[in-house]
Amino acid sequence: MSKDQVRVVVTGLGATTPLGGDVASTWSALLAGRSGVRTITEDWADSVPVKFAAFAAVDPTEVLPRPEARRLDRAEQLALVAAREAWADAGIEKVDAERLGVVVGSGIGGITTILAAYDTFKEKGWQRLSPFTVPMLMPNGPAGWIGIEVGARAGVHATVSACATGAESIGYAIEMIRSGRADVVVAGGTEAAIHPLNIGSFAAMRAMSTRNDDPQGASRPWDRNRDGFVLGEGAGIVVLESEEHARARGAKVYAVAAGVGYSADAHHIAQPEPTGAGVMLAMRRALANSGLTGQDIKHVNAHATSTPAGDVVETVAIKEVIGGHPLVTGTKSMTGHLLGGAGGIESVFTVLALHERIAPGTINVDDLDDGIEVDLVLGTPRKLPDGQIAAINNSFGFGGHDVAVAFTSL
Amino acid sequence: MAMTEQEILAGIGKIINEITGIPAAEVTPEKNFVDDLDIDSLSMVEIAVAAQDEFGVEIPDDQLKHLKTVKDVINFIQG
Repeated sequence: MSKDQVRVVVTGLGATTPLGGDVASTWSALLAGRSGVRTITEDWADSVPVKFAAFAAVDPTEVLPRPEARRLDRAEQLALVAAREAWADAGIEKVDAERLGVVVGSGIGGITTILAAYDTFKEKGWQRLSPFTVPMLMPNGPAGWIGIEVGARAGVHATVSACATGAESIGYAIEMIRSGRADVVVAGGTEAAIHPLNIGSFAAMRAMSTRNDDPQGASRPWDRNRDGFVLGEGAGIVVLESEEHARARGAKVYAVAAGVGYSADAHHIAQPEPTGAGVMLAMRRALANSGLTGQDIKHVNAHATSTPAGDVVETVAIKEVIGGHPLVTGTKSMTGHLLGGAGGIESVFTVLALHERIAPGTINVDDLDDGIEVDLVLGTPRKLPDGQIAAINNSFGFGGHDVAVAFTSL
Repeated sequence: MAMTEQEILAGIGKIINEITGIPAAEVTPEKNFVDDLDIDSLSMVEIAVAAQDEFGVEIPDDQLKHLKTVKDVINFIQG
């Protein structure tokens, strides 16, 4: 790590996921190997070929006051719930508003608002549209609301890179602090896209699992019989802070947000590049940006979506850049794929793995696919070594986005 | 049959509570929407549309901006 670079630390965590309505319940369910996937009981299930999804375990409208919830898209609701938890967890009592930022994105934005508003428009006319329709559908809405909530004036940003969004947001936040623009940044990703149009559209790409007879076994990264991802919803948020700012207020510190690596495949709009070159470049850059070597990395939270195309090549890239030694886990086997929220919750998991020295397992791998030469954590969690260790969270997105965020233990 | 002022006030209180969370009991005739109840212009639009459904009286945009207090709305609805 270069000596003149500002160190960025993680001082707050927040999440609302298919496994739980907060970080503690999500993390314990994850370590217990529980699946957050359930059968779709809504009547529209008949219209789509996929009959299951990973719904948020706690409906945000049950947590938020009704007047507040009605002016928020569900992606905004989930983001606010997670951001409030992270902010309270960080316990920041005083911060210069002009040194406080927000970077929170979503892959799709307020898609359910758009669709419902268009129905209202067609049936009842423009006068019946909620005056909050635009702030509900805009993909920077979650960032905007969180910025108002915490009073962030250093800048409020929303990165958009499909399923890499949450990780890219956290990378952007690290850079915001390092470049001197902010002392504290609330960062992460959110998504609420469980709607028949989205399921139909992903199914039209043949990207989703159709294991309708076994929903909880459907998300099975690296298993030979994996047949696609499982759509999930939720949000994961971290509070990042310059080490100096955190130390000055005596903050509890979970881990160091050591650096980020970005790259792009420049190959295909939706399919991963088959040699893993882009993924390798992102991880190499994350190591370089963090001043780490492959030997330092003891754990990887892999992108591992359970699609036939991407899972194995990611492990090939990990082996090439980092080595065969890190404990590699695929938490989407339990949470499903939160799209823009994925990099947020998986960064929370990566930070907790370092903090508690435990790598969560990967469920549903009954028959390991060929060509995997890294140490996968299958089934139950495994202990991470003592001492100074590091971990990487990988997130990739349609559009060819590759992001690797590196964290180190204290 | 025309509604009484009390009935209209109760209806407005219910609408404002639903939209903003302000207790209906706090919605009294002399209250100013902006200064006393801290209701923004977007929420006023929602309230006007809901009032239209509740009382069957349309409040045009050029009228809405003149309705500063709860009493103004009651008077408008009573015609």
